[in-house]
Amino acid sequence: MKKELMSGNEAIARGVYEAGVRFAAAYPGTPSTEIMEQFARYDGVYAEWAPNEKVAVEVAIGAALGGAKALAVMKHVGVNVAADPIFTVSYTGIEGALVIISADDPSMHSSQNEQDNRNYAKFAKIPMLEPSDPQEAKEYVKLAFAISEQFDTPVFLRTTTRVSHSKSVVTLSEPRVPEDKTALAHHAAKYVMVPINARIRRVEVEKRQKALQKFAETFPENKMEINDPAVGIITAGMPYNYAKDVFPDYSYLKLGMVYPLPVKMIRHFASRVKKIYVIEELDPYLEEQIRALGIEVTGKEIFPYTNEFDPGIIRSAIHADKPAAASTYPETLAQRPPNLCPGCPHRGLFYALKKSKAYVHGDIGCYTLSYLKPLEGLHSCICMGASIGMAHGMSKALKEKGKGKVVGVIGDSTFLHSGITPLMNMAYNNSDALIIILDNSTTAMTGMQEHPGTGYTLMGKEAKKVNLNILISALGIENIRVIDPNNVKEARSAIKDELASSGPSVIIAQSPCVLFKRANQKSKPPLKVDPDACEGCRSCLELNCPPIAWKKGVTKKGSKRKGIAVIDETLCNGCGLCAQVCRFGAIS
Amino acid sequence: MKEDRVKSILFAGVGGQGIIRASDILCEVMMEAGYDVKKSEVHGMAQRGGCVTSHVRYGRKVYSPLAEPGTVETLVSFEKMEALRYLKDLSPNASIILNTEQINPPAVNTGDADYPLDIIEYLKMHYPQVMAIEALLLAQRAGNLKAANVVLLGALSSLMDIPHAIWESVIRKSFPQKLVKLNLEAFQMGIPA
Repeated sequence: MKKELMSGNEAIARGVYEAGVRFAAAYPGTPSTEIMEQFARYDGVYAEWAPNEKVAVEVAIGAALGGAKALAVMKHVGVNVAADPIFTVSYTGIEGALVIISADDPSMHSSQNEQDNRNYAKFAKIPMLEPSDPQEAKEYVKLAFAISEQFDTPVFLRTTTRVSHSKSVVTLSEPRVPEDKTALAHHAAKYVMVPINARIRRVEVEKRQKALQKFAETFPENKMEINDPAVGIITAGMPYNYAKDVFPDYSYLKLGMVYPLPVKMIRHFASRVKKIYVIEELDPYLEEQIRALGIEVTGKEIFPYTNEFDPGIIRSAIHADKPAAASTYPETLAQRPPNLCPGCPHRGLFYALKKSKAYVHGDIGCYTLSYLKPLEGLHSCICMGASIGMAHGMSKALKEKGKGKVVGVIGDSTFLHSGITPLMNMAYNNSDALIIILDNSTTAMTGMQEHPGTGYTLMGKEAKKVNLNILISALGIENIRVIDPNNVKEARSAIKDELASSGPSVIIAQSPCVLFKRANQKSKPPLKVDPDACEGCRSCLELNCPPIAWKKGVTKKGSKRKGIAVIDETLCNGCGLCAQVCRFGAIS
Repeated sequence: MKEDRVKSILFAGVGGQGIIRASDILCEVMMEAGYDVKKSEVHGMAQRGGCVTSHVRYGRKVYSPLAEPGTVETLVSFEKMEALRYLKDLSPNASIILNTEQINPPAVNTGDADYPLDIIEYLKMHYPQVMAIEALLLAQRAGNLKAANVVLLGALSSLMDIPHAIWESVIRKSFPQKLVKLNLEAFQMGIPA
């Protein structure tokens, strides 16, 4: 068969397609996003961006109750949002098949925490497979659908950033021709989870657990490799590759299914090797379960709890006597923190907001980058949609002390994800906080995905477009202003007015993301600093715009300046924000 | 295929320099040449001016897509100071291909930090082979600054034993028709005379 270089996410999409699955729902989130983007490109599929992960799972459950094989995709923290339906669909099972992909992010490359979602499998009593590379990712997602059908259960597939975003050679298989098994089948006692039915289903879950336990013992992706019997390594997912790289001669038990565990197989492996290491990133998830079997292992006493591993971490944990690789270069190097793009509409808003000296509750999106110096735009950021509830709560608790000083900022996609309910609450329980919706017309952080406010679907069709103004007004908010965040003066005065007004207010700061192609933004000529007019006050540098740099030592007669600002023409997009903040008219 | 042992190449630079594309091309080349190949980078925030790295590993059978620190045989640094950031990943005998382009980090731009001096001299003192290349200039000569990444691939090809025809066929497949000639020229410019 044909071989292709594929990322883990591309391979998952391919596997889903090869399995004959034609239905998927998701909300974008790194490192999971590309799975849906790739899947949507296959012929004959239906794929949608749901407004959040809970809705995505519910959409997939609905499809699966109608007999379809359905997929829901999300990043690890998205599973928190979707946990409510997930825990109960574990009781009901489905008619077709249901696979939920959790893309975890050890090291928090692009996340607010590094929770280990293997715990969800155990918690919700849902079987979980964990591939270690793109080839396995493709095969395991197919196996996940087969297990779902065979055992009438949702199945988790867990990947991590390193599996999702690494590429390797994948052998393609002939896609299965999809069978249409969709139908309206009424089994109310199975699907209406009132206590009387749920108690019966609860027992079924334990029966299923037993059957899956037995299945795990002979599941061919739980693999034993007996080499040197002196050392046995029990592992799963990407850490298997790191360990094989540095210790190719040891014995291995590689678990393709991380829930439920093959107890007999683990005991058998333990009987064949002398010393056992459990190698896993994040929580001692396997380790604790294996210890509970009475098997002595070495795990988190030598391996880190935090961050993803690499081959070096595994070698130096086991061979602590060997020094870890180090750089010879003696100086500290300046970092390259991620930054808002040149021309980003968030920059002007956060510059204006900083002047208000308010406490700003942030949310999840590109604008989180405004936290960094010198904008320092955020004072809290917890999770998707949290800014609004937190701003409301703080404003209520602080009463007069907080008046005119509490702000929540949230992007358009994040607002539609989980900001509507807290905003309704804010209107209902009436606080004085100001909410600013940073509406850049797209889900920018994850790479321009559509959402219900963009007017297009994932499949590229035109769609109903949420009217933010009408929506917010319907929630009970009376003070609503729409501003252009690229106009600093307008932004400052709107923020000042709305902070002073009593009751909840919303400012919609509307300007498309500069990288958003559909917005058809005309490119403007780059700006220049007039070296004679520049007084070296550094106001423009406060914008933290990538093209603006400081040139030391350019002095001028009759001025105390110690240098001037310069603009790199190749990076400047001509947005003109710096010209607005320059008090000397030196930028044009 | 000539070697069983797994080898590691590290690409490093700054978001927007075409590092991911270059490492994709290298992977396709190694696959065409009959090797198992894996690569890994981190997406996401990297495209917003941050550091970008991509590990490419090839051999008879590759397990880890990340190289063990201290074992990388070849570093291709797309930006001058970025080479210094990853020295702990390099084997003491590593070859270094260095684009001499300087992209200031924000702290250097604002005058709060210095850009390291004498990078090339430092590297030459500590590593047996350092090829400093003005990739931007060469790419401009080939017709487009954006082809600097392919210039660096040309330089890399001179350290590897892969038939030129494979490089050429992969480059042809990797770009739209109208950019193929330019990129083939850029590739050629990277190969030391």
